[in-house]
Amino acid sequence: MSEKIIEAKHITKYFHDPLTIQVLKDIDFSINKGEFISVIGKSGCGKSTLLYILSTMDTDYEGELFIDNVSMKHKQEAELAKIRNEKIGFVFQFHYLLNEFSVLKNVMLPGLKLGKLTAQEIEHQAYEKLKILGVQSEALKKPNQLSGGQKQRVAIARALINNPIIIMGDEPTGNLDKKNSEVVFSIFKELAEVYNQSLLIVTHDNEFAARTHRIIEMEDGKII
Amino acid sequence: MNFKLIADISIQLLLARWKQTLVAAIGVTFSITMFITLLGFMNGLNDLLDGLILNRTPHIRLYNEIKASKLQPIDRTFSYKNHHHFISSIKPKNERLEIYNHAVIIATLNKDNRVLGVAPKITAQVFYNVGAVDLTGVINGIDVEAENKLFKFSDYVTSGNYIDLKNIPNSIILGKGAAEKMLANIGDVIQITTTKGERMPLKVVGFFQSGLQDLDNVQSYASINTTQKLLGEGNSYVTDLQIKLVDILQAPQIAKEYASIFELDAIDIQTANSQFETGSSVRSLISYVVGITLLVVAGFGIYNILNMMIYEKMDSIAILKATGFSGKDVNTIFITIALSIGFFGGLLGLLFGFGVSHVIDIIPFNTAALPTIKTYPVNYNPQFYTIGFIFALVTTYFSGYFPARKASKIDPVIIIRGK
Ligand SMILES: Nc1ncnc2c1ncn2[C@@H]1O[C@H](COP(=O)(O)OP(=O)(O)OP(=O)(O)O)[C@@H](O)[C@H]1O
Ligand SMILES: [Mg+2]
Repeated sequence: MSEKIIEAKHITKYFHDPLTIQVLKDIDFSINKGEFISVIGKSGCGKSTLLYILSTMDTDYEGELFIDNVSMKHKQEAELAKIRNEKIGFVFQFHYLLNEFSVLKNVMLPGLKLGKLTAQEIEHQAYEKLKILGVQSEALKKPNQLSGGQKQRVAIARALINNPIIIMGDEPTGNLDKKNSEVVFSIFKELAEVYNQSLLIVTHDNEFAARTHRIIEMEDGKII
Repeated sequence: MNFKLIADISIQLLLARWKQTLVAAIGVTFSITMFITLLGFMNGLNDLLDGLILNRTPHIRLYNEIKASKLQPIDRTFSYKNHHHFISSIKPKNERLEIYNHAVIIATLNKDNRVLGVAPKITAQVFYNVGAVDLTGVINGIDVEAENKLFKFSDYVTSGNYIDLKNIPNSIILGKGAAEKMLANIGDVIQITTTKGERMPLKVVGFFQSGLQDLDNVQSYASINTTQKLLGEGNSYVTDLQIKLVDILQAPQIAKEYASIFELDAIDIQTANSQFETGSSVRSLISYVVGITLLVVAGFGIYNILNMMIYEKMDSIAILKATGFSGKDVNTIFITIALSIGFFGGLLGLLFGFGVSHVIDIIPFNTAALPTIKTYPVNYNPQFYTIGFIFALVTTYFSGYFPARKASKIDPVIIIRGK
């Protein structure tokens, strides 16, 4: 049986600066639990914009978004932050690790923010996630002491720490070379297949997209 | 809220820029140090100067003043009732300065529980005879014990024993300045002439030094009895009643009350010495203004550093927000950074301020005019320390407020999209 975790209903978005342009046009789709979906389309067609709306970071849109069957409409900024913290893991093109903290602490931060487990338990979990991504030996280093591929893997571990219902990625391999992209991709694949993790990944790499469960192709702000 | 985590993040951000943070904290420390030192020193001086006058001034003085008759002949005609009268021909008559029935008044005053004590006094104009020269002087006839109890008389008797004034008949304690002019030593007998021409020998039993040169050149003290004898008056003759109150602030009001009850002139300390209060408050004001100015400057430093930090940490703020920290959390992080700079900078400032005050306090300060003072006066009122610390926190809070608000409003989408 398939359980809807994210549902977008008639999502429309305009940018008003410098001219009013419609970037998303009546987007209507849903994601089921355990699905590994890739989003492709030409540059500028609105993939990133859609992803930011789905991740609750962008609230300036028309239509309705349901996460775990709860409408995101009329939610306060703090409530949305809580939902992101608990239910969504994000991986960006750039790693966005905090250089002030160790790799381990970076992974732990969202867990500490959630505050459901003790610091010790979170640390244990963080080690587990780092192990899945094969970077547990780097745990005590500072992020700026890691290679690009390692950083991105740590960022994925961070996205996983609160066992989110979905991982979203905006070109997570965009900054990586072929070999590292392959590594990251196979990690996503493993997460989907072994851990039944839902993923929504924006990519330019059609070869990569072809290996996911479902491809969503966009053109001019619409899904085709 | 998860404050431990927020504090942890704040500290890490602080440490990442520890040099700038240190400079900011030193700014706060410096201003608080100056603030405490200035206030302590200024108020020490205030207390000293106030003490010079206020300790020895009665809160209310009751006396008879010689003045022109209130009722002039022209007032008695009805034809000029509504006119301004400037013809006054009746001069003051030989009114007596004596307070009638002073014993009854003292007894009444002592029953009033707003009154701490009453000391009677006679002021007598005299001439000190030095060879062929007569120096003008004033002899205060005092009740030695009451005077000492209420106005710390013994503190100002620099040599000799003040109680001798009471025990030795026909004795005098000379003002230091007057004594020097007369070349008088303790044990000497000096000659006094009253305004009425009578002469009297008095034995010097001590010297008196108030710290006010003008006063010490003319004033001397004798017991009430001696003064009465000197003036040829009976033993009910008293010209002044000096009253000390429990609450000095009530003086003006009580003075009015007594003036009408006893039909005497009454002057309160606030009216008599208004210039001292003005001086004190101006000195305090200056210290506050300097302290606050320094703090505001330090505040701008903190503001700059936080702004810079936020600018540098845009990415970190964006990711914190993307991973579930709310705007409020981010705001708290930066306010915490600002406040901890204020807290530790301020705390250190209090310590240094105390240290500097203490150094000032042990610097020798000897002046002939102030016999009881050996070092610079410093006031360690805890109120200054509390105010200083609160100022430090408030300024740093405000200097952190706008940067923190800016940080909390950062839209992560804009930052992340920009990469
Ligand atoms: N802040 C903005 N103001 C105005 N227009 C914007 C803004 N952000 C994006 N756009 C426009 O919205 C459209 C969609 O942008 P979006 O970033 O979603 O594209 P994309 O599909 O992710 O492209 P790419 O593959 O290059 O990342 C573009 O035409 C872009 O110019
Ligand atoms: Mg994009």
